[in-house]
Amino acid sequence: MIKPLQDITVLDFTQFLSGPSASLRLSDLGARVIKVEHKYKGDLCRSIYASHLNIAGQSGFYQGINRAKESLALDLKEPDDFAQVKAILPHADIVLHNFRPGVMERLGLGVADVKAINPNAIYGEITGYGHEGPWRDRPGQDLLLQALSGLAGLSGDESSGPVPMGLAIVDNLAGAQLVQGVLAALYAGEGALVQVSMLEAALDFQFEPLTLYYHDGEPVDRGRKNAAHALVGAPYGLYKTQDGYLALAMGSIPFLGELLNCQPLLAFTDAGRWYAERDAIKAILAEHLQNQCTAHWLSILEPADIWCAEVFNWQQLIAHEGFAVLDMVQEVTSFGGRYLTTRCPIRLDDQLLTQPEGGPTLGQHNSALRAEFTGIKPERIHHD
Amino acid sequence: MSLPLAGVTVLEFSQYLAGPYAGLRLADLGARVIKIERPGKGDACRQLATKNLWADGDSVLFHTINRNKESFAANLKDPADVATVKKLIAQADVITHNFRPGIMQRLGLDYKSVKAVNPELIYGEVSGYGDTGPWKDKPGQDLLAQSVSGLAWVTGNGDQPPTPFGIAVADMLCGTHLAQGLLAALVRKKRFGVGAKVNVSLLESILDFQFEGLTAYLNSDNELPERSQIANGHPYVGAPYGIYATANGHIAISMGELKTLCDAIGLSGLEGFYGVDAQFFERDKIKATLQKHLKNRTSGEWLQMLEQGRYWCSEVLDYEALTHHEAYQLLGMEQTLQRNGASLTTTRCPIRYNGERIYSDKAAPNVGADNERIQQEFAL
Repeated sequence: MIKPLQDITVLDFTQFLSGPSASLRLSDLGARVIKVEHKYKGDLCRSIYASHLNIAGQSGFYQGINRAKESLALDLKEPDDFAQVKAILPHADIVLHNFRPGVMERLGLGVADVKAINPNAIYGEITGYGHEGPWRDRPGQDLLLQALSGLAGLSGDESSGPVPMGLAIVDNLAGAQLVQGVLAALYAGEGALVQVSMLEAALDFQFEPLTLYYHDGEPVDRGRKNAAHALVGAPYGLYKTQDGYLALAMGSIPFLGELLNCQPLLAFTDAGRWYAERDAIKAILAEHLQNQCTAHWLSILEPADIWCAEVFNWQQLIAHEGFAVLDMVQEVTSFGGRYLTTRCPIRLDDQLLTQPEGGPTLGQHNSALRAEFTGIKPERIHHD
Repeated sequence: MSLPLAGVTVLEFSQYLAGPYAGLRLADLGARVIKIERPGKGDACRQLATKNLWADGDSVLFHTINRNKESFAANLKDPADVATVKKLIAQADVITHNFRPGIMQRLGLDYKSVKAVNPELIYGEVSGYGDTGPWKDKPGQDLLAQSVSGLAWVTGNGDQPPTPFGIAVADMLCGTHLAQGLLAALVRKKRFGVGAKVNVSLLESILDFQFEGLTAYLNSDNELPERSQIANGHPYVGAPYGIYATANGHIAISMGELKTLCDAIGLSGLEGFYGVDAQFFERDKIKATLQKHLKNRTSGEWLQMLEQGRYWCSEVLDYEALTHHEAYQLLGMEQTLQRNGASLTTTRCPIRYNGERIYSDKAAPNVGADNERIQQEFAL
């Protein structure tokens, strides 16, 4: 298979999560990613997470998101180091950063500076809140974006207060949107400026609840029983059973009443009321479903084509054949050993996009990159 | 503004959310996206109303995700219509579908068949759980994908039941992955002159999203993520990361050094927990003390103290407060579409290209609205 981005070079100044998730995807699709890191501290993600898991002396998260990238450790304020960046720039097809507004310009790497050296480069950036307005200098951190964009008002139920989604969703989405814009520019074959802010990505993610809000002006109401989606009526939710949890997505309420032998549900014959009366319906379901185990309910609901599933944790999922057939795990080799991680979720021509290399140690590729782009031969093999 | 995908034609057989979300983004970026729909009823999403809201006969949800597209009605159970659609496929760059495994084969529109008509075609396929294995025929639905993937165990506090993301996150991520795969394949087609088959599934996408935790899980002694008992924000991040109640509302407190935080808000008693390891392993104790303290003053007072102390924090906004805020209004995120007298305000593309926002005022089409024009234009 020809990987779509083979021979494409990305000069990647991003750190932490949003930007590196974008360059990871470009790497998965075949691009070469040269990751420029702070000479001594490296990408903040090498150390900032508090999880105790370390892989090859690095944070497990750093290793998860930086596989197959080359690390160039530099101090961009030192002329010699900056000269190395300048030597690579003419060969870069894509330049990425996720600094706050103004930082790249101060470093002499703003879009105008890069274009002066390489007019065909695609310059992609992620900011927290864009280049203007009262929030422009605020930290573009996932939890804060969730709090400001309304996202924290969508999960959990109304008695819980704001509930953030428990993973860095805005980082992930901002990275995904950046990849789309950069790939479109690459297709057009032209130098371009592609900008995504985490705030705009968080709003795009909420296009449905926001559009409904523009339409009726009513505040989001998550409901108070087994809440799972503020805009969807009963039975949509997760329900406790005797031995676990059952997810119920769609289904006619009286039909569910018949199938589950739950008489009180038979009264809810008007489908137009399943949203307005969701708390009452869900309360009946919740009471009823806890009396039997999950497998019992599934054995009734699945044959009747009711959309349902068991709620798994990772242990249960990974033990399941449904997970095994995906071949979702790959083993990669890092400077300090081997580790397991997930692969790119996209399949191309019925093949998996995997890579043998893990994440780099800080400055692992300094010597090789200097030799390649400035002609200065390496004196030592590994670190500078 | 000239858009990067000008000249690209996409045929969208996809319905509901994941596939159409990819189509929407390609349309935003300049592609011409034609929905191929059943005559009469069309995309099933037209009838899937959330909160029972409608505009000009279609659900508001359908309008939001199918703006800027055209519609060609064809009955894929009628061989004559299939032949017509094949002529259209011969002239297209991309097609997408999310039928369950086997259906496109029965229609004679599987990758092999259409590749014979158009060797450089890019063929995008969305499924729930891949096309083999015990779940291949299970409905590819967002809540179910979240539930089997383990995602329901990262949100909410440790003493709460599994809590799904309150939005169709698997659909949305899967749609972005489809768009990425299609775009990469378009780049490859232009560079190397080859077509492609691109497959994504809700489950693979929602697993990719959990890469951090899964990588940790796979390389540890299979330790499951544990949500904090108080103010859970992320199961792998230590205190104080989370949203806390104040005397009059809530504030978000992000990651940082505990000492900086305590100094900023005048909290003593946590000195023994300073340091990255304690902030992770003792997070519930830290958060409990913090929560008690934060109840004593208003959000505004705390935010002022936190900002002065340069600690990452923010207010928590609902849609009303957000949409009235200057920071939101400056984005120009809204656009208004018109169809047959119905008016609908929705969001725009989140990507800016060459410094400009991308708007499109073309509303979602009625079923078959463009049949005549497309028949003429493509000589069908």
